[in-house]
Amino acid sequence: MRRLLTILLMLGACSIAQAQKGTPANMVHVKGGTFVPLYGSNNQAIAVQEFIMDKYPVTNAQYKAFVAEYPKWKKSEVKQLFADAGYLKHWASDLSVGSNAEKLKDSPVINVSWFAAKAYCECQGKRLPTVNEWEFAALASETKKDASSEPSFYQRSLDWYSQPNPKYLPPVQESFKNYYGLYGMIGLVWEWTSDFNSALIIGESRQNASLDRQLFCGAGSTGASDVKNYVAFMRYAFRSSLKANYTVANLGFRCVQDVPAKITAKK
Amino acid sequence: MVGIFCLGIASSCGTKTTNAEILNSLNETAAPTEMPVIEAELTDAPLVPAPITRKHPAKVVVRLEVTEVVKKLADGVDYTFWTFGGSVPGKFIRVRQNDEVEFHLMNHPDSKNPHNIDLHAVTGPGGGAAATFTAPGQETVFNFKAINPGLYVYHCATAPVGMHIANGMYGLIMVEPEEGMEPVDKEYYVMQGDFYTKGAFGAPGLQPFDMEKALDERPSYVVFNGSVGAMTGDNAITAKVGDKVRLFVGNGGPNLVSSFHVIGEIFDKVHPEGGSNVNTNVQTTLVPAGGSAITEFKVDVPGNYVLVDHSIFRTFNKGALGMLKVEGPDNLAIFSGQTEQKIYLPEGSAIQEMPKSETPKAAFASNKDMRMELGKTLYAQNCQACHQAEGQGITGAFPPLAKSDYLNADVDRSIGVVAHGLEGQIKVNGEVYNSTMPKIKLTDEEIANVMTYVLNSWGNKGGEVNLDQVKKAKAKYKH
Ligand code: HEC
Ligand SMILES: [Cu+2]
Repeated sequence: MRRLLTILLMLGACSIAQAQKGTPANMVHVKGGTFVPLYGSNNQAIAVQEFIMDKYPVTNAQYKAFVAEYPKWKKSEVKQLFADAGYLKHWASDLSVGSNAEKLKDSPVINVSWFAAKAYCECQGKRLPTVNEWEFAALASETKKDASSEPSFYQRSLDWYSQPNPKYLPPVQESFKNYYGLYGMIGLVWEWTSDFNSALIIGESRQNASLDRQLFCGAGSTGASDVKNYVAFMRYAFRSSLKANYTVANLGFRCVQDVPAKITAKK
Repeated sequence: MVGIFCLGIASSCGTKTTNAEILNSLNETAAPTEMPVIEAELTDAPLVPAPITRKHPAKVVVRLEVTEVVKKLADGVDYTFWTFGGSVPGKFIRVRQNDEVEFHLMNHPDSKNPHNIDLHAVTGPGGGAAATFTAPGQETVFNFKAINPGLYVYHCATAPVGMHIANGMYGLIMVEPEEGMEPVDKEYYVMQGDFYTKGAFGAPGLQPFDMEKALDERPSYVVFNGSVGAMTGDNAITAKVGDKVRLFVGNGGPNLVSSFHVIGEIFDKVHPEGGSNVNTNVQTTLVPAGGSAITEFKVDVPGNYVLVDHSIFRTFNKGALGMLKVEGPDNLAIFSGQTEQKIYLPEGSAIQEMPKSETPKAAFASNKDMRMELGKTLYAQNCQACHQAEGQGITGAFPPLAKSDYLNADVDRSIGVVAHGLEGQIKVNGEVYNSTMPKIKLTDEEIANVMTYVLNSWGNKGGEVNLDQVKKAKAKYKH
């Protein structure tokens, strides 16, 4: 089963890789560093290499252009294995959002599977961020790279987690902009990561501390005595509820790139 | 189930369960049996499904939908509840011992979060939590056999568990013993829970969850059935004189343990902690967070019986108050009508005792309509527990405000009552009251608003009370 999936996955991937020159438009540079993630390494700090990240989550308009170019990602043609029945369910048809098209063109695309998000990024010569990259970039407030110890910062997340989804998601440019110039890392949509299920919570969160490490794909920690960790908890829990062909009404994505060798060399 | 989550994607995960094995084991449990298949009847509190009359086990299909909804937590206060079935507490589930339950958990596509369910009635790891971990827009199914009879709590166990429970993700499942339950006349579902809002008790608007208060176990609200007033006034549960009443009582927590008590009744029977033992003649029964109790009593005397958490500040200051209205003929041999309910009055003031309360800054009313609006909320928060939702009072204990001759005869005097409290004998609409009304800690502005509301409600004489009148009346009527 697993091999089969892997093969299909390769077939599904985009064959076009674009040449990279400098930091492309609408992406920002995130300088590497270290942070302590909630799961996976016994509370040891993890190093994150510098990377370049999309300023905004991918929008409906951008995704429409992608589907136009790669018809196998049309609603009507996509394979169930790669995207469940909810794929692009907020679109009226294969290439049209429908009556709300104008309103939603700059809103994040949602209802896309991990396979679809991955293919999209690859076709732009990019990739999905890892959980660690994403979490590292999401630690920033408006003014600080690491705002994880500021109550007002994690309250922003808590408030968002406990608000029902709005009827129409706002344009990506209107959302919260953080220190790096990344928009909507918090308060807009959940976002796919390449290794979204590597730190499984598997729905039995109370046991994570004691569970067999191998069984659960990562060492658990319930030492989240800090409120701030609860915020990360929510994201890890969300990610681990997913499968790669799932589509969710508030789950979008953005892409990243490695820093081209030249730029790195200059430093 | 673990394997499924790791399937097909490069990860550091090494699990030995293969997908095929999982499918096999699922098929086994789902194998066809001789048993009849029944779709479970699910009910919202305070109702419970009909008692089970079957004499044989069945396969019972339960379909529970998780939704995240904005609803009323108290008058003027909204909250985003995470629910099993649309309201708090979750739907009541009723099965029979040795039934095989096929459990479907659907997470609504509009949910922001994944959820799952841990049923304490399940024998098996996690009580179904891992098997039902469900992303928004997905459905999961698992099977279990209800081996042990009893009244069990179910709840969400998704990280962070505390937050999911604090947002209302709990309910009850009754596993009736094979021999069935003794028939009674009325059955009701009552579940307590504590809530943690950014604003203090009564602070209006959509209140976000406050993680800090939850960690410190300092709830802003403690309520029965999901909101302040969910079981009072028109929502009170009812019975007739002579009825045997059974309450299925649960406590979702997440933090507090409940001292469950019904003022004016003695539980003839209690199944402590929802188990098989029976205790008799109980006044107050302890209901642990994540636990339950079944209480039974016969109501012999008409009147209003108040359900409380006898950790009593929670009742008068945080909302843990419900009501059972019993109608029928008096029974003077059992209750003469003179017994004092005022035993709880010294603690009765809703606001008075709040230590260092940051009473929300009252919005300033610039006209009568605004006074009415603000007054309505103030009434619900400060007066309704005693004078009742329609101002009708409780004969013998709390005088009516509706069409009250005492009130309408001299408004200034009544302002004095609210500002300074009142003790001693008064006559309202021909009925003598000799009791105590505690001083209610309200600002002059708030008194003006609540009195304007009272005067313009339930057939009273109308008019507007302003700040000036309050100041003068307070000075004139000092008790
Ligand atoms: C703890 C219970 C309690 C609360 C809370 C309470 N009252 Fe009273 N109230 C009483 C009692 C008891 C009396 C009668 C006192 C007596 O017998 O001397 C009374 C008497 C009154 C009276 C005069 C009698 C009548 O029926 O007209 C008014 C007016 C009144 N209350 C208004 C209010 C208002 C307004 C509030 C809320 C701001 C309030 N009360 C809150 C218990 C309460
Ligand atoms: Cu939940």
